[in-house]
Amino acid sequence: MRETVQKRRRYQRVARGLRWAVMPVLFLIAWEIAAIVINNQFVLPSLESVAAVLATPFASILGTGSLVENALVSLERVLIGFAVGAALAIPLGVAMGRWPRVDELMDPLVQIFRPIPPLAWVPLALAWFRIGLTSMVFIIALGSFFPVLLNTLDGVRSVKRTWIEAAMTLGATERQVLTKVILPGALPTIWTGMRVGFGIAWMCVVAAEMMPGTNSGLGYLILYSYNFSQVQVIIAGMIMIGIIGLGIDIALRWIEERRFRWRELER
Amino acid sequence: MKLRVDNVSKRFLTDTGEEVEALRGVSIEVEEGEFICILGPSGCGKTTLLRIIAGLEQPTEGWVLVDDDPVDGPTPRLGMIFQDYSLYPWRRVIDNISFGLELAGVEKADRTATAHKYLELVGLGEFGDAFPYELSGGMRQRVAVARALAIDPAVVLMDEPFGALDAQTRNAMQRELLEIWTKTRKTVLFVTHSVDEAVFLADRIVVLTTRPGRIREVVKVPEPRPRDRTCVGCADLRRYVLGLIDDGKQGQ
Repeated sequence: MRETVQKRRRYQRVARGLRWAVMPVLFLIAWEIAAIVINNQFVLPSLESVAAVLATPFASILGTGSLVENALVSLERVLIGFAVGAALAIPLGVAMGRWPRVDELMDPLVQIFRPIPPLAWVPLALAWFRIGLTSMVFIIALGSFFPVLLNTLDGVRSVKRTWIEAAMTLGATERQVLTKVILPGALPTIWTGMRVGFGIAWMCVVAAEMMPGTNSGLGYLILYSYNFSQVQVIIAGMIMIGIIGLGIDIALRWIEERRFRWRELER
Repeated sequence: MKLRVDNVSKRFLTDTGEEVEALRGVSIEVEEGEFICILGPSGCGKTTLLRIIAGLEQPTEGWVLVDDDPVDGPTPRLGMIFQDYSLYPWRRVIDNISFGLELAGVEKADRTATAHKYLELVGLGEFGDAFPYELSGGMRQRVAVARALAIDPAVVLMDEPFGALDAQTRNAMQRELLEIWTKTRKTVLFVTHSVDEAVFLADRIVVLTTRPGRIREVVKVPEPRPRDRTCVGCADLRRYVLGLIDDGKQGQ
């Protein structure tokens, strides 16, 4: 009996894995067929040529450094920009969520600036900070700022009133209410905001690296490869960008599920 | 320690701008170590009264005095237990109980030791490392009781603490609460809409009328403890108190 149940489970797991793989495999086959039909590596390179680039991630490409080197440069930029964005957004979100006056004051500005895409700031960033790290950090920080801010606000507002009141009757000062009740109570939602914000920051860094005058990073690498018609490098770079973005999201989600289990379990 | 509610009235504005009178001229004098139940139909302002006593809301008129000091905000001298337990789901049971001591700056070893004492008192000795979501409703409320007692307040205020529990758990919790009260001799103000609960628990029952809440009558419960819920004296008292509540409604 038990054996058949186990067998069936294993079978179901394998079947699920196969179903998951159907579309990606079909996609790769279609790509390869298209590449053969088109027969022009400057339009659509074959699978093998892209795989060859990915297989040597430490090899220098067109004298601009390897895939891994450029990825690390991009990651460093995104981390700085994201840290700046989150460091501004979290305190502001907590203040707006806790004190209605601050919310009243800041909300119009937030509403006005929020719909402007981070990339629309590129020319202004260049005018203010010139070409370089500061401009990129500015764009990335802007991109991560709003999702973190709005989720922080949401998290702070969703903190139960009786959690705060219980702390007050136990003798908490306003500062203790903030650090020991509101922040931990809002943290799961803040974390979600950081995850979303990091995703946007990652998109921003790639775009920011396409700004004129940049000479490193994955964004730069793929644009530079275009100038030399190295389409297989462009695609390999894109895959690299996708894998890193996905990997970070999975890592953050993994922490979220472990650290903040209480959010789901608390009725 | 003496708690005095002195001529407290509360009016507030609704969202539509109407003025609602929740309480009118409520005065109560509570002796040290007394168990008082505040009883009334829903909407009579009994929770508002308790929140005013706790300092969570301000009265429109009147005062709440602890040893002749007016209460002007929440204070650790007045512990509060909420109907929804209000435990912190990210803290283990033991850290929930020691929370008040942590706020007061007590050393970790000391506060954990004190918290363990209260954990034992409420009969949850083995559950210190559990998270609140792993416990049943009754167990959670016991944790909330331990948390409130751990900072040694002079008065414990309870806002329909057993309202969300099933009947059996509720009866068991009432008995346990009386045991804890006998051991700690805290002054207790207990809000409930259950006549049965009030007659089982209280030294005196403060019966409120429907809105605006006024004191209908303060009823002494002479039955000795432990009380038998089915005894004749209790039944007579229940009938009498129910009568008071019905009169209060008809008076409107």
